[in-house]
Amino acid sequence: MNVVHHNAAGSGFLSPTGVEITFVLVGLVVLGAALVTVTTRQLVHAALWLVVALGGIAVEYLLLTAEFIAWVQVLIYVGSVVVLLLFGLMLTKAPIGRSPDADSENRWVALGVALAAAGTLVWVVADAFRSTWIDVHPANGPGATAVTGSSLFRFWVLPFEALSVLLLAALVGAIVLSRRRPEGRDR
Amino acid sequence: MTLTALAALVPALPFLGAAAGLLLGRRAPGFVRPLAVLPTATSFVLAAIVAARQGTGPATDAAHRLTPTGSVPIDIALHLDGFAVLIALLVGLVATCVQVYSLSYLRDDPRYPSYAAVVSLFTAAMLLVVYTGDLMVLLVGWEVMGICSYFLVGHYWETEAARAASIKAFLVTKLGDVPFLIGVFALAADAGTFRITGILSTASAGGLHHPTVIALLLLAGVAGKSAQFPLHTWLPDAMAGPTPVSALIHAATMVAAGIYLVARLLPVFTASAAALAVLAAMAAVTMIGSGLAALAQDDIKRVLAYSTIGQLGYMAGALAVGNRDAAVFHLLSHGAFKALLFLAAGVVIHAAGTNSLTAMSRMGNLAKRVPDAAWTMGLALAALAAVPPLSGFFSKESVLRAAEHAAQGDTAHVPAAVGWTVLVAGLATAVLTGAYASRLFLLTFLGSGPEAPDHGKQPVPMTAVLWVLAIPTVAFGGLAYRRLPDWFGGAPLGPTLTTGVLGTALALVGALAAYSAWRAVGTTRAAVPLGAVVENADADVEPALVEAEAIATHKEVYGDIAAADDPGDPGRLLLGPLHGAAAHGFRLDAAYGALFVRPVLAATSLVRFLDREVVETWVKGAAGAPNLLGAAVRKAQTGNVQTYLGALLAGAVVLAVLVAVGG
Amino acid sequence: MHLIYPAVLAVLLFSIGLYGVLARRNAILVLMSVELMLNAVNINLVAFDRWLGDGLHTGQALTLFTITIAAAEIGLGLAIVLLVYRNRGSSDVDRLTDLADPGRPLPEQRAPGGTAAGDEKAEATA
Repeated sequence: MNVVHHNAAGSGFLSPTGVEITFVLVGLVVLGAALVTVTTRQLVHAALWLVVALGGIAVEYLLLTAEFIAWVQVLIYVGSVVVLLLFGLMLTKAPIGRSPDADSENRWVALGVALAAAGTLVWVVADAFRSTWIDVHPANGPGATAVTGSSLFRFWVLPFEALSVLLLAALVGAIVLSRRRPEGRDR
Repeated sequence: MTLTALAALVPALPFLGAAAGLLLGRRAPGFVRPLAVLPTATSFVLAAIVAARQGTGPATDAAHRLTPTGSVPIDIALHLDGFAVLIALLVGLVATCVQVYSLSYLRDDPRYPSYAAVVSLFTAAMLLVVYTGDLMVLLVGWEVMGICSYFLVGHYWETEAARAASIKAFLVTKLGDVPFLIGVFALAADAGTFRITGILSTASAGGLHHPTVIALLLLAGVAGKSAQFPLHTWLPDAMAGPTPVSALIHAATMVAAGIYLVARLLPVFTASAAALAVLAAMAAVTMIGSGLAALAQDDIKRVLAYSTIGQLGYMAGALAVGNRDAAVFHLLSHGAFKALLFLAAGVVIHAAGTNSLTAMSRMGNLAKRVPDAAWTMGLALAALAAVPPLSGFFSKESVLRAAEHAAQGDTAHVPAAVGWTVLVAGLATAVLTGAYASRLFLLTFLGSGPEAPDHGKQPVPMTAVLWVLAIPTVAFGGLAYRRLPDWFGGAPLGPTLTTGVLGTALALVGALAAYSAWRAVGTTRAAVPLGAVVENADADVEPALVEAEAIATHKEVYGDIAAADDPGDPGRLLLGPLHGAAAHGFRLDAAYGALFVRPVLAATSLVRFLDREVVETWVKGAAGAPNLLGAAVRKAQTGNVQTYLGALLAGAVVLAVLVAVGG
Repeated sequence: MHLIYPAVLAVLLFSIGLYGVLARRNAILVLMSVELMLNAVNINLVAFDRWLGDGLHTGQALTLFTITIAAAEIGLGLAIVLLVYRNRGSSDVDRLTDLADPGRPLPEQRAPGGTAAGDEKAEATA
């Protein structure tokens, strides 16, 4: 709470700072890329636009002074997840080029639900956090890698180790699922 | 052994035989025949011993109360007097004869074990009715007889006629039994006991509060059981059963139960002049109507059935004039010669291959094929027509004498009009009896035409039984009429000059009329060949099969179950325009159908309509509404995960909005 | 910085992901949309972590866990999609309607032989 009104006096809702302008601009890029991702008819392009969106989110993390998260985002999402998705597209013989049936019939229902959800959530969020500010300028702030690392291995070490077991299980599961069974020994 | 123990054994033995027969019938077929004949024969011998030891002495009573049963106690009671022991003797004799006869008659029947067991059970029930001294125990035997009769009449249940007849016999007798049961309860409520001795002492002391109601209720049951008008219609149809069954049930025993009951409870009936009048009217209508109907029947067994109804009418008439000695006397002699008539008819049907008198009248030499049956049947028919000195003459004269006595106003409690009714009806029936007995004999045995088919010699058990029964047919009446009053403790039963001469003369008139009519239409008969004979009936075929086939084919050959369209029938000439009505029992069945059956059927179709159209509509609606709802909900089950998820999230959004707005 | 910027960005990104999950036909595109939704949550976590600033850094630790689990999820999800594709010859979500009400005829399915051939090709392509 001590951070909330730290520099509230210097910045108003209608007088954005440079960080805020950058954040909004990058956010628009992220949203645009995400929109293209979910609407494009070219499946491979969708994956590539996803890279843009995820990278933009990494930039947003940096702007929020969460540098460790930002690099993890770049490493894991942009580096591995999207590559995995591209492999998946390739293995399921996704068509290269425009595919007319990329969207299913209930896209209008989906649009309605999504718009309703967006409207509701925006309204609620705007209503709740109309006058809330965060301080994004402390040097060696909580987003610094050293701080994050020490907190992770001091307070969160048990969930961290448990997570490694979960990852191992997921790894084994993925291998078992995608392995080809020998003929005649199906199930 | 004491007299009581012996008497208790008499009904118990056939009962045990029936139980053993039913249990062992399938597993040990070798025991079935001994189990059928021996217990019945033993019980006949025991009944004879009981009769001899009881003799003319005072009535023997023994009772044992198993357990207290409410306000009116029920006892296992025996009551032995002259009536009981003599009727038990008759039942034992006829049952034994029938069992022996059935050995040959149903020798190849696959259902013989159950048949013999049910006959034994029936015999046991009848003996129980005869010996018991308690109305409730009597009722048990009474109802067991009803159900056994149902099974036995429906023995050939493959044929439509037998099925219908068995159900009809059961329903009609039950129709009488319901008021009978109420009457028994009312009687016991008035007398405070079910013991017959107690009831009789109450009745003679004038202790009955509603004698007329009770007597009429009891009469309904008696009319059902003893086939008296208007509940007699089941008896002719019951001839769809095997011949031995007809002989046992519908001639000598079961129908005798009603008469026997009235005889036992006669003081209850004499307490009400109205009941006697009703009984007399019933008897008179039954006698004359059945005599006319018998003259028109084509089926030999239906003739005998109607004659049974008529003779039972004589007994009922004797009871109506307050003379149970005469009634029981006639019951005894009639039981013997009617059983003989039925059994002989079975032999004749076997030999002729048909049960139609029309067909037999066009068959030469039937008498030579079955001489035993011809002789014994002739004797029995003469006894039926009351030709002296056969037993039927003496017993019928005792009835007429009692009626004449009452008509003179000499019998206490009995109005003279009742006596006159019975006397006139009895004399008129004597004419009819003579006529139909002669017609039956002439058509059966004196036919002319192609030779009767040769089925070889009749089985010895069947013919021997005929001669055994011929002995009481001939001699019983003449020997017994002087001694029976000692047994019954009543007035003399011998014939008087007036009624004797009158009755015999009238019977001869009837016989002569039938004979002259028979001669008159002889040429017509020769000119119109009619008749169908069961074809492939060779000597080895079981007699019962021949009869079953004859019953099954009678309708399609002659167009009617009761009558054949035969211009050479003397009955047709004698009856004139009445013939058609008489052949169908004066359309009583049709009247009952219109009065009772059709309204009931209409009511059931109304109920069925209500059930199908109204109730079922609601049921269908109750099922249809959820069905429609289900169809609507089913539309949502597309299997598409995205649709489900879309609906889920939309719902979540709606909930979130509600919470946000409401909160 | 005003908290409303990251919050609204997260909301909009989440809604776009929601639309993608509900509207896309290809299962892999659905998985991509799921990633978008997860990232929207991550943005929220980071932003509110900055706002609260508690000593445990709960939000950032949870973001790391989410990213890790998302990686595991994408691996398993792709394995499942591959399996479905091998068995049915298609990775279209709206054709996996075996749990539909059987009152209407089921959508036609590929013959087993065709599936095997598809497997061969998929393997060869891989």
